[in-house]
Amino acid sequence: MKKPQLLIGLVALVVLLAGPPFLKNYGIYLVSYWLVFVLANMGLNLTVGYAGQKSLGHAAFFGIGAYTVAIIMKAGFSFWLGLPVAAVGCFVIGLALGFPALRVQTIYLAFATLGFNTAVWLVMRNEEWLTGGTFGINNVARPGLFGLSLDSNLSYYYFVLGVTLLMGLLLWGLVRSPWGKAFTALRDNPIRAESLGVNIQAYTLLSFAIGAVYAGVAGALFASLVQFIEPAPFTVGASIMMYLMVVVGGPGYFFGPLLGSAVGVLLPEWLRFAQAWYLFVFGASVVVLMLWLPDGLLSIPDRIKARRLSREASAARAAAAKSIGAAA
Amino acid sequence: MTDFLQLFLSGLATGSIYAVAALGFTLLWQASGTINFAQGEFVMLPAFIMLGFNAIGAPLVVSFVLTCGVAVLVLGWGFKRGIADPLLRFGMMPIVVATIGLAIAMRSGVRAGFSAEAHPFPSLFADKLFNIAGVTVTLADIGTLALSLMLVLGTQAFLAKTVTGRAMQAVAQNTDSATVLGINVPRMIFYTFAVNALLACAAALLVTPTYLAKFDMGESLGNKAFFAAIIGGFNNSRGALLGGLIVGVCENLAAAYISPTYKDAVALVIFMLVILFKPQGLLGKKAERKV
Amino acid sequence: MNAPLLKVDGLKKSYGAILAVSGVSFEVMPGEIFGVIGPNGSGKTTMFNSVLGQITPDAGSIELNGRNITGLSPLQLNQRGVGRTFQTLQVFGKMTVRDNLIVAAQEHKGSMWSRMFAPGDSGLGAKADALIDQFRIRHVADKKAGELSYGQQKLVDIAMAFMSEPDLVLLDEPCAGVNPSLVGGISTLLKDLNKAGGNDGAKHRSFIVIEHNMDFVMDLCHRIMVMVEGTVMAIGTPAEIRGNKQVLDAYLGS
Repeated sequence: MKKPQLLIGLVALVVLLAGPPFLKNYGIYLVSYWLVFVLANMGLNLTVGYAGQKSLGHAAFFGIGAYTVAIIMKAGFSFWLGLPVAAVGCFVIGLALGFPALRVQTIYLAFATLGFNTAVWLVMRNEEWLTGGTFGINNVARPGLFGLSLDSNLSYYYFVLGVTLLMGLLLWGLVRSPWGKAFTALRDNPIRAESLGVNIQAYTLLSFAIGAVYAGVAGALFASLVQFIEPAPFTVGASIMMYLMVVVGGPGYFFGPLLGSAVGVLLPEWLRFAQAWYLFVFGASVVVLMLWLPDGLLSIPDRIKARRLSREASAARAAAAKSIGAAA
Repeated sequence: MTDFLQLFLSGLATGSIYAVAALGFTLLWQASGTINFAQGEFVMLPAFIMLGFNAIGAPLVVSFVLTCGVAVLVLGWGFKRGIADPLLRFGMMPIVVATIGLAIAMRSGVRAGFSAEAHPFPSLFADKLFNIAGVTVTLADIGTLALSLMLVLGTQAFLAKTVTGRAMQAVAQNTDSATVLGINVPRMIFYTFAVNALLACAAALLVTPTYLAKFDMGESLGNKAFFAAIIGGFNNSRGALLGGLIVGVCENLAAAYISPTYKDAVALVIFMLVILFKPQGLLGKKAERKV
Repeated sequence: MNAPLLKVDGLKKSYGAILAVSGVSFEVMPGEIFGVIGPNGSGKTTMFNSVLGQITPDAGSIELNGRNITGLSPLQLNQRGVGRTFQTLQVFGKMTVRDNLIVAAQEHKGSMWSRMFAPGDSGLGAKADALIDQFRIRHVADKKAGELSYGQQKLVDIAMAFMSEPDLVLLDEPCAGVNPSLVGGISTLLKDLNKAGGNDGAKHRSFIVIEHNMDFVMDLCHRIMVMVEGTVMAIGTPAEIRGNKQVLDAYLGS
């Protein structure tokens, strides 16, 4: 990791660890909410940003994770059973969703993932015996950890932070390993990748499966955070917002989801001062942001570097031209 | 039986409006690779602009014509130059997200800047009923269906039979070859955006009397148009018509025979079934995996 | 007499009514550089893509080391020691040159699961550096491949095909669009790479080269096959081909 990145990372870590006790209860809840989305979007960033797939159904996995924990806890079992079941379940379903990706391309894959999200949402809404239908499942409790209660907003925040950091480290390791290059090869040139021995089918399936696990774990955390689960946060609209968060942050940049989720989750809150116009400002900001930075917020350093390099090249060319002119 | 026919016919009418919106959406994708997540809002805005012209005294048809002009300028040229042109070369992601932002901005802008209420909208058609072979149909239904069909078939005829239309098709199929053949590609793409804007205005004129003009009317309509386009076949203009009609009819039948709460779910279910069994759409051509 | 490394027999492929390849048969010996020439539309690329698993032939068989490989996928062929370059440049533009080379061979090291825990360069750093030096692109090794000049990208493209030390490499117009001053360099590189061993150190690598640059082909190849309208017109040494009247009339001119 380059030095400036490491430094920013450390500062961010310190802020995340030491900051929240100074916030009001709602502020702590909000930061937890943001972190949950960071976790979910890390998964989507892998699928869409690193592996170049089209996934507009990520909220479905988020919902599957949340409902799994809610249903299991309602049946009397522990959160600590619900969490791994959610993770494994999402992995398997994510693999299954990857199969259409092998047969259909780009825009049609996007539609297939939308269809999947739709199907899952319909089940959530209609199967009252399982999910409580539109009434949802309420009173989802917060777990206890080694005898410590995580009921308070602050303690639950540290729990969410811990899980996010752990999974973030795992993802970092994965992306730095040969798998990272394989995913990038799959994204940038699947035909060449295949002719070099990259098993693009396996990596495609895994990019969906691993991304789904991240959303599932995030959903499990979400369930005990908001403590009331209903179908509304898991619609196609929610998937589209998650996609927006990943693209705005910068697809394929590791810390993209941090910024993107901040834009998606925290920015609307901060804009509340604009009252009736806050959503308009948000929407307009997204448009302006895309026009200015189509590769996302984290592409700023790369663009500055590219501009500097091209200025140096122009200067070198001008100097060379001058010396030729002088010699003539 | 007469109930069924009644539902069927009014479903066709509603569906034909979805088809008009879906057609514009499909053309935009074919000609320029633009996925317009704000298509529903492109129908909502003209509805309000027409109301505006109407309020200052212009009769409905005049308002419509004036609005068409504004729409071509803003939703056609403005959208193309301001958003589509700068972003298309970066792949699908930025333009998808930009149109999502645009949809949010348009919706909230109208809500905050104009009104959050639902406004009544004058209908083109008088309030008459007809009785054909025991089935009761409104003039509005027949008129809407007729006008929409004319629009869709007319647009397709324009694309297939006129020189400009064929040039637009050439651009949609192969931009590089079209350039080499001397076709003014940017202008043809602009025409496509303009056609989309006009179709959206027409959809607004036909749908708003029933739906009422409200800032969020575009959400549901945009979704239905999107699904209709995919169900019919995203790379085929005729698909938009078929998809729209299927969604319109099935919605009506489901609302009556199953339950009104299922109305919105119907488009979703058909969409899912099509994606599972024929992902390229009912009339679409299979997109081969390119070597 | 050695057994052939590659044996193609009776290859046929049609696209609708067009018979692109009809009854093509040839053999490539171990260590041989085998050229394929012919006018555009003679079926060279179709034949190439059939051998490489990119398309499935309608009829005929392809054997590598005596084992049938007809209809296998590009992935499976690469695992069996077949490499290729592409006519249109196919490098990974957003990765550095060095990473391009590493990814070109990393899937041959260990299993998918062991690679999850392997270091980022899979231990291929030294080999990548060796190829970078051999191809003389050290000065651009850390730049993104998409930022290089066309000629430099072409060298990266060719180097990538050799990272996994394949026994058989198919080169699709390696000189296309390349500055004439670079062509000689590519020829020397290919001759050196041909003499280096395949995975079984005793054999040398075999190449199949499609090219239109006649001087390049005549200088580089041990044998040349001439394809015209989907069939084989002649196979022979460069001298034999140059002296073949049929070939001269159909393709080379006087």
